Amino acid sequence: MQWEIVIGLEVHTQLSTQSKIFSGGSTAFGAVPNTQACAVDLALPGVLPVLNRGAVERAIKLGLAVGGKINSPSVFARKNYFYPDLPKGYQISQYELPVIDGGSVKIQVGHDGTECEKTIRLTRAHLEEDAGKSLHDDFHGMTGIDLNRAGTPLLEIVSEPDMRSSAEAVAYAKTLHSLVRWIGICDGNMQEGSFRCDANVSVRPFGSDKLGTRCEIKNLNSFRFLEKAINYEARRQIEIIEDGGTIQQQTRLYDSERDETRAMRSKEDAQDYRYFPDPDLLPLEISLQWVAKIKAAMPELPMHRRYRFMAADAAGLAALLQEHSSVAFEAGLDVPVGRDFYQLSAYDAAMLTADKDTADYFEQVMEVIGGKNAKLCANWVMGEVTSRLNRDDKDITASPVSAGQLAGLLLHINNGTISGKIAKEVFDAMWLGEYGGDAETIIKTKGLKQISDEGQIEKLVDEILSANPQQVADYRNGKEKAFNSLIGQVMKVSKGKANPAQVNEILKKKLME
Amino acid sequence: MFNFSLKQLSGLLSAKKISSIELTGEFLKRLKTLNPGYNAFITINEETSLVQARAADAMIAAGQAHPLTGIPVAQKDIFCTKGWRTTCGSKMLSNFISPYDADVVERFNTVGAVNIGKTNMDEFAMGSSNETSFYGPVKNPWDITAVPGGSSGGSACAVAARMTPAATGTDTGGSIRQPAALCGISGIKPTYGLVSRYGMIAFASSLDQGGPMAKSAEDLALMLNVMAGFDVRDSTSLQREPEDYTRDLEKPLAGLRIGLPKEYFVKEINDDVARAVEAAIAEYRKLGATTVEVSLPATKLSVPVYYVLAPAEASSNLSRFDGVRYGYRAPDYIDLSDMYRKTRAQGFGAEVKRRILIGTYVLSHGYYDAYYIQAQKLRRLIAQDFIEAFKQCDIIMGPTSPTVAFDLGEKSSDPVQMYLSDAYTIAVNLAGLPGMSIPVGFGNKNRPVGLHLIGNYFAEAQMLNVAHQYQEATDWHVRMPVQLQT
Amino acid sequence: MSLSLDDVKRVANLAQVEVSEDEAHTALTQLSDIFSLIQQMQAVNTSTIKPMSHAQDVMQRLRPDLVTEIDQRKLFQSIAPKVEAGLYLVPKVIE
Repeated sequence: MQWEIVIGLEVHTQLSTQSKIFSGGSTAFGAVPNTQACAVDLALPGVLPVLNRGAVERAIKLGLAVGGKINSPSVFARKNYFYPDLPKGYQISQYELPVIDGGSVKIQVGHDGTECEKTIRLTRAHLEEDAGKSLHDDFHGMTGIDLNRAGTPLLEIVSEPDMRSSAEAVAYAKTLHSLVRWIGICDGNMQEGSFRCDANVSVRPFGSDKLGTRCEIKNLNSFRFLEKAINYEARRQIEIIEDGGTIQQQTRLYDSERDETRAMRSKEDAQDYRYFPDPDLLPLEISLQWVAKIKAAMPELPMHRRYRFMAADAAGLAALLQEHSSVAFEAGLDVPVGRDFYQLSAYDAAMLTADKDTADYFEQVMEVIGGKNAKLCANWVMGEVTSRLNRDDKDITASPVSAGQLAGLLLHINNGTISGKIAKEVFDAMWLGEYGGDAETIIKTKGLKQISDEGQIEKLVDEILSANPQQVADYRNGKEKAFNSLIGQVMKVSKGKANPAQVNEILKKKLME
Repeated sequence: MFNFSLKQLSGLLSAKKISSIELTGEFLKRLKTLNPGYNAFITINEETSLVQARAADAMIAAGQAHPLTGIPVAQKDIFCTKGWRTTCGSKMLSNFISPYDADVVERFNTVGAVNIGKTNMDEFAMGSSNETSFYGPVKNPWDITAVPGGSSGGSACAVAARMTPAATGTDTGGSIRQPAALCGISGIKPTYGLVSRYGMIAFASSLDQGGPMAKSAEDLALMLNVMAGFDVRDSTSLQREPEDYTRDLEKPLAGLRIGLPKEYFVKEINDDVARAVEAAIAEYRKLGATTVEVSLPATKLSVPVYYVLAPAEASSNLSRFDGVRYGYRAPDYIDLSDMYRKTRAQGFGAEVKRRILIGTYVLSHGYYDAYYIQAQKLRRLIAQDFIEAFKQCDIIMGPTSPTVAFDLGEKSSDPVQMYLSDAYTIAVNLAGLPGMSIPVGFGNKNRPVGLHLIGNYFAEAQMLNVAHQYQEATDWHVRMPVQLQT
Repeated sequence: MSLSLDDVKRVANLAQVEVSEDEAHTALTQLSDIFSLIQQMQAVNTSTIKPMSHAQDVMQRLRPDLVTEIDQRKLFQSIAPKVEAGLYLVPKVIE
């Protein structure tokens, strides 16, 4: 039988606030255990929560970015269960009225020419507090509890079961990861647990519209583990069903060393969380004015930027948005949009807008070199710049060659001072910081300026023609290949500096004589 | 001197006729003599109290005195007090030295009042007789075979026996007003949100409210001036301009409209209590007030509604007592769950466990709508009744408790009978209104009777005026038990 | 509605309170009395009434995103039942 995998994700994003969601404790990562757990975080008797405006603001930003409904009022509820890293014996979360309802995210699926767009619907996003950490190192057979993380603000973003493969789940997680960083609500650091996925996985026969029993795999903190855990879990479920068994609804953990999932023992008892509105917190009101203020300060959304990079003008952008319309676009339309258009291919636009910093870098270069050189600029950013950043494991914001410096180089290519090949040599020097990374100084000092003087090139061509009578004869007898060989020799003697277009033209002229 | 009002004591201090060290010393001496017989205090800390008294004397000398500077005030042991053991009447917190001060404690510290000790209470404020305290029951100063009421029974007893000039209390369903009534003193539960709950160990968050307990309305006004006020640390604290609660004390009562709910004067009320309450109302008529019958039809559901909502919130509020970060931890256990279960079984008393079970049940899957949501809806009906009633009157009066103080042990084995004794006070917490009790005479066995005053939201100054005018005309509030009159 | 012994045990388990068989029986009797009192609520039709969660009709106040707390670990852990290396120790947690 053919099986279909059905996946929904719950993503916990740690919001990038300075202080905790309900206390003035610091959220900085990596502090000495329990030095950032204040009275409220420790749930001392008598302490009370007060909501952090910064956390709400970040939730609103996500709501705007995904075109969700921003609820006002929304309500905080207590989720009651006992666990040593949960100091109050309940987690303050949201249940019946989350801060955001609905919304959607568009992902790119397929590869090698089958790329297409797919919309993943969001169920909701709600604010809640993180728990502390249990350290299972052996303290005489006991577990150590560090509550520094307790009370860190989380936005749990819950999707509908709209994904059909681990690849789609990863594409969705990556898109969301890029989005939360793009709008500045989460640092996205997966090693530090700032972006954690729980995957709800079930399988069903192809064509069935009934959902199978699902298992929830907890705490997947890398895209690779997300993919492997889903693949393993789907195989496990299919095997059970094919062997005549039934799936039990369970919470499972992924063991990356063994590449398998196993049931969590602590979750074996059927939980009854006894949600009820937290009497210590009042309903959260989000005024339209507040939303408008946040909207005005939002960066241009990734999708908008991508289509703008593809469009030739405002009308073209409007058409693209129309064609790919979704709730997100309608909601985001009054978020500020950039003014410049580049007519890039869909591929280039997608690559350049994969993250905000790259897109910013590209546009900073374009601002200097002018609108007609977008393709050249895109090639350099996606090519030389990206490959060197990857090689040196650097972020584009820390690129040794700044946008301004790259622009300087590209201007020299454009006005014919240097050839593309020489430009790469100049770029290498810039990357190493030679001569302050200034293209012009490097070209001058190293004598890399292109030879564009007609007389000088004619002289070089004449030299080569007289030294290679055989090839000249071959060409005149119709052997096109001989032409390329002659050009190569001219370039060689000029040490690559001769303007190739001019060499081509002069050589042709001379051979016609 | 032990019978002096706060104003009189303050006068003596500012005139330098007595120092705070002397005054505190006198009260501590009396307290140490009397407390073994009444068990009103769980913790005293003489040295710390005297250090505070010395600092108060310095404030007075420097001309920085506030009306309560240098005056001893007892703190209910529900208020976290830095460096003091804060038990909340429970074994669970028998070793808990609070690392911080409650907002209320901070406010008293700021004005230079002296903390004279932490008063006994029903465990986690759950009780109406003070018999659920892990530290033993408190005795009623009017009759040591009677309960003092609860949960602020220690504070009520301490004030009634003049072991302290004033004390703090908290009131979730009547815990200030009922013990005030049963011990013959005055107490006010302010409008919900007026006194910060920060550092006040939570019982039922949406109902809990701190307030003062003292001999007279005038003293209460001075205490409330310190206790009330906005606190950023409590999300339910109300942002309002500070008030002087003494401002209206001297207003005449002519034209005051007193509402008498017909549901309050029914067969459940004992004759002795009814007689004293009716006499008090007659006194008010003499003072120029008129009475009007009002109706609070939903009030009869207060007890069931309360015994869903309060335990529900409590069951969750008390989950933090798990033996991990502070407080009691069972000595022997085999694993984590066993540690939780034994710690909580041993650390909590029977009444607390009973309410945790009720609360857990009403919140659990399948019962939430029928109990919790239904109770919250009825809570609205109860509150709306009051809003309607206040269209016809300025203040509502009735008995604080249907009976005078009952005997120790009389109701402790029958929770339902105990719960029903709070019928009059509970509705006020559900509505979030201010409520007050003042002594208006004596009933059976010469035990005190309290008059219950219910005001509209933020009507504290008016209620204190109404109580003060009565106290100017009568002397119930200055009476004290014969054996203590030395 | 009548409460069963199993209900009492289930709830005690959720609340993480150990109850002996005797205690469970006593609790059953007492809780049943209390629930028959609570049962009075069911007589009222409340279909059109909004639940009331708070005494005041006020919205949540928000705190500026500022770190206001300092490290007080030493003080806080001075009252802890069991600590080592700055960690609170509990019996082994099995995930």
